[in-house]
Amino acid sequence: MAEITLSRVTSVVQWRKIRQGNGWKAALFLSPWIVGFAAFILYPMIATLYFSFTDYDAITQPKWVGLDNYRFMFTKDTKFWLSIKNTLWIIITLIPLRLILGTLTAWLLTKPKRGSGIYRTIFFLPSMMPVVATTFAFLFVLNPDYGPINSVLHFLGIDSAPLWFYDPQFAKPAILLLTLWGIGDAMILILASMLDVPRDLYEAADMEGANGWQKFRAVTLPMITPVIFFILVTGIIFGFQFFTAAYVASNSTTPYSEPGSPQGSLLFYSYWLFQQGFVLFHMGYASALAWVMFVITMICTIALVKTSRRWVYYGGGMFS
Amino acid sequence: MTMTDRWRAENNRAILLATHNSARRHKILAAVATHSVLIAASIIFLAPFIVISLTALMTGNQALTSHIWPQPFQWHNFVAVFEEEPILLYIWNTLQVAGLSTVGVVLSCIPAAYALSRMRWRGRGFAFMIILSTLMLPFQVTVVPLYLIFAKLEWIGTLKPLIVPNFFGDAFSIFLLRQFFMTVPQDLTDAARIDGAGEFQIMTRLIVPLAKPAIAAVALFQFLYQWDDFFAPLLYVGNNPKLYTLTIGLQQFQSNHNTMWNMTMAAAVIFMVPVIVIFFLAQKVFVQGITMTGIK
Repeated sequence: MAEITLSRVTSVVQWRKIRQGNGWKAALFLSPWIVGFAAFILYPMIATLYFSFTDYDAITQPKWVGLDNYRFMFTKDTKFWLSIKNTLWIIITLIPLRLILGTLTAWLLTKPKRGSGIYRTIFFLPSMMPVVATTFAFLFVLNPDYGPINSVLHFLGIDSAPLWFYDPQFAKPAILLLTLWGIGDAMILILASMLDVPRDLYEAADMEGANGWQKFRAVTLPMITPVIFFILVTGIIFGFQFFTAAYVASNSTTPYSEPGSPQGSLLFYSYWLFQQGFVLFHMGYASALAWVMFVITMICTIALVKTSRRWVYYGGGMFS
Repeated sequence: MTMTDRWRAENNRAILLATHNSARRHKILAAVATHSVLIAASIIFLAPFIVISLTALMTGNQALTSHIWPQPFQWHNFVAVFEEEPILLYIWNTLQVAGLSTVGVVLSCIPAAYALSRMRWRGRGFAFMIILSTLMLPFQVTVVPLYLIFAKLEWIGTLKPLIVPNFFGDAFSIFLLRQFFMTVPQDLTDAARIDGAGEFQIMTRLIVPLAKPAIAAVALFQFLYQWDDFFAPLLYVGNNPKLYTLTIGLQQFQSNHNTMWNMTMAAAVIFMVPVIVIFFLAQKVFVQGITMTGIK
């Protein structure tokens, strides 16, 4: 008995040694990433925090101004609040639509015995398209004068068809349509997780006499909650980074005018940050915007992780 | 068998047949309904591709009408757009960035993922958590100091800021490769160690050949990410038209000629076609890669 314990202790000690000896080797394998992490992530993060308390134009020395940037942001910068409003609009519309339509298409794709591969390809392909090209496409498709959508609307006798990207009221819905075309990535994720649901769960539900909706509600939905959680978290981060489509559309409809035109309706958070940092070269203020964005996305992520314990079902688990 | 028995049996069979038929009819109806919805959705998803392609073949004036069908088909547009704009130069710049950064990501991420999955060492879990959390980090939080570093190195207006950082690891690719390496049985690497193979040998001779699909996925995602990227090129080469990537070059072209819709759509087609070709050649790799990023 004692011998066994002793040998176990020595093996643990040896094990520790192996692990420590491996530490250096592992560091060697990780060295490119370690350098990259220090130079391109850790240092810049800290530097951004420092710059956010300064007035800095990238030419003269940064000047310490304390909390001035943050004070200006929250009390005086109306464009900041506009960009928050626009960003929340896109997050609040896009995420539920991506979840609902993604789940619906994925669920439909589990039905047919034949041909679901072709449908899957068709729905997935647009999500791989370059955003710049997609934006060109929708600028034309939704063009008020010669675009096919408004031609159809005119044909149907609707005279006051929306001006889409040219109308502050409709520019964001136009961006939403453009983004929804790329819903395929969400659909593929949901579909993969639906196909992973064990068959016997459905058979058990059948035995209980459950109908289609009840099976979806009681079996499918709980099993896909991890994917829903993933899409929610990445959706919020994506929303705050929303830039390319808005920039391309805005510069196409009204070149050389205010950012996010028409009338700031496409001024999303990242767009305002870009404008402040790299057009006006207010590096200090842009840094403050970046940290506020970081804190907001962190709070949202942590809040979601906290609530996830109540509604996300981990059969396997992402980090296992 | 009495008459009543026979009658009963016949009757039962009829009832069975009827319910069977109605179940079949129900099934067929459901299939028809599903396919109708899926076909309608497919048309909606395909319509933008069709509109782009047709408009790309119109004359400049016809693109400014609500006609759908090109009359005549002006195939020449695809040549004209190359004359109108130095697209070949943009493609060359984009290929340099996308190609070199893909090489960089693959070279730097394989060893990192190997250390995080196949080697046992203290702090492995912690290192992995850091990599996961940088996945969540918005790049805006680092962009100002990075721009200043590159400005100090006099790299603004060159392709270097778009390429060099990729040789120092990428959290997403490390994560994806690590997830795949984890699926290789530990016994296999242990056996190789007992045979006296070093870690580097195990990685290059054993893990890399097994992980080819995952490496292909990482390379493809990286290539397409760079092909598609707009923000970083705008920041770093936006002031140097000679080094415009396709995204920046086409965006400039579009905003300067925003009524030349046939040319713009031809440019969009040129931009999309390589992605579509790669997609069809490697669809399986994509789907696997995307699902691997999710939950598995």
